Amino acid sequence: MVLAIVEADGDAPAESSLEAVTLAREVADRTGEPLEAVAFDVAGPGAGASAGGGPDESGDAAGGSIGDALADGLGEYGVDDVHVVSHERLDAYAPEAYAAGVEAVIADRDPDAVVAPGSDRGQEVLSQVAAGRGQSMAANCLAVESVDADADAGGDAVELPDADGSYELTRQRWGGTLIEEALLGGDPKLLTAAEHEVGFEPAADPADPAVHALTPDLEDAHFRVQVDRYEESDEEGVPLGEARVVVSGGRGVGGPDGYDQLEELADLLGGAVGASRAAVNEGWRPHDDQVGQTGAKISPTLYIACGISGAVQHMVGCKGADTILAINTDSEAAIIQKADYAVIADLHEVVPALNEAIRDAK
Amino acid sequence: MNTLACVKRVPDTGAKIVLTDDQRGIDTSTLGFTMSPHEECALEEAVRIAENRDGTATALTLGPEEADEQLRTALAMGADEATLLETGEGEWGPVDTATAIADYVAEAETDFDVLLVGNESADAANYQVGTHLASQLDLPFVAGIKTLDVEDGTAVAKREVGGGEEVYEVDLPAVIAVKEGLNEPRYPSMRSKMRARKQEVASAAPEPAGADCLEMVRLQSPADDGGTAEILGDGPDAAADVLEVLRDDVEVL
Repeated sequence: MVLAIVEADGDAPAESSLEAVTLAREVADRTGEPLEAVAFDVAGPGAGASAGGGPDESGDAAGGSIGDALADGLGEYGVDDVHVVSHERLDAYAPEAYAAGVEAVIADRDPDAVVAPGSDRGQEVLSQVAAGRGQSMAANCLAVESVDADADAGGDAVELPDADGSYELTRQRWGGTLIEEALLGGDPKLLTAAEHEVGFEPAADPADPAVHALTPDLEDAHFRVQVDRYEESDEEGVPLGEARVVVSGGRGVGGPDGYDQLEELADLLGGAVGASRAAVNEGWRPHDDQVGQTGAKISPTLYIACGISGAVQHMVGCKGADTILAINTDSEAAIIQKADYAVIADLHEVVPALNEAIRDAK
Repeated sequence: MNTLACVKRVPDTGAKIVLTDDQRGIDTSTLGFTMSPHEECALEEAVRIAENRDGTATALTLGPEEADEQLRTALAMGADEATLLETGEGEWGPVDTATAIADYVAEAETDFDVLLVGNESADAANYQVGTHLASQLDLPFVAGIKTLDVEDGTAVAKREVGGGEEVYEVDLPAVIAVKEGLNEPRYPSMRSKMRARKQEVASAAPEPAGADCLEMVRLQSPADDGGTAEILGDGPDAAADVLEVLRDDVEVL
């Protein structure tokens, strides 16, 4: 059996969880094992319906109906059974208690592997499971597959160590700048799916999952860390991580005032403003706006990169975008190689003209 | 209040990464090195807490002999003490790394109240050294923190989530994994850099516990999946074509 950890987004599985389910299904298909999922029925501050947390707005979680609601969505992805963890003390997210819930399913079902989403919580909960067992997890995995040591990848072939029951997998390093081929042992194997990278596909053979309620034995030690309260942001506008359109500015913007045009464009498109690390380092924008390896990793429908060169460390933050439009004076800039559309011009001329055109068209 | 900041030596974050011929490492012959970005913020926070709460800040790194460079930077940024856990060449896995740090903490003369780590390192991004460290020391652990207030015996830590922040209150001592943006790390002055050159850096050479079940086989550069963008124009006149793309192709209008 292969087990996927699932977070809910309202009453449906979060996208990053569907990525974990999809990767877990690949593993299950390879080994001929069933695919099962574990979810958490929690209502309270920061209960975390969404992939990134946040209050549960579904309103129906407390009665255990979260399992039925999730089962509909997970069946489409080939999940055979859903284990719903609940506990009277689990009224808000608590990483060690969540890990204990996963451990309870592991003890009951003895999975070959546990796959978690690459979200903050997915990484945290599975790392707690790993720490409790004193074993490593493999974070940000792309695929579990046989590695052909003789494949010509531009370097000398490496003789593989004896796999000895280990999984051969690929995972992201440097935020995706490098790919690592690795061997992962452990019983069970613990891995997370690289967020915005694995993708998710409904199963060829959908399932009709059974829902199983589970109440783990939890002690005070499991609640040393628990969400105490949730504070809503007083920032206006669409949060960067949820925006359908992100208008981002880099060094080419030239200073903090230059972002006024980008703000206007983002407003016209109902989106949010982002920034490159260079612009944040200059103090033109707050770090919260940073898109990139150590900032936000986003997946908007449209990413408009204004005056951004396209360093790999920036691109790992925005490569989840469906479409990238680059506005840059340098036709040789790396971003031009990676964008779908480009305007080779000064953003200070193009963006105002575009704002005017959009206003006229509305 | 005594703090420990665990930092990692990584190639400059803007550097082009070239692999060694055997694909098991990075060609470091032309690279500059720096402190991993999340951990630079961990160090800055450790120094601030020590300054504001009458204690010491200790910087710790596990890495090759050359990681002395990052510890000198840490001393120049205000760390009171620095220790290198020397590994030689090659990578240590997350469990072995956490075990070596936990052993250091258990044997240190200083009792640390706040142990800060980066949320994930810029290179390996294993996301778990802090978790294993806290587990081995039997301490509370919070991750992904971008706001931190330390009081006597308690830390109030906040994590960004969609539309707001989760607030955690944990008893100290605790292990706290922080993200870039927690603070703005200071630039050390030339005077502090000169002083740091002369300060003592303690060192030890732990043996890996051999507990890791994750083994790197080789590294690859990802396939170049980029093409060349469709050029919509070279001046403000391109706005009309952009508008058409936004409306008809991307459908965001």
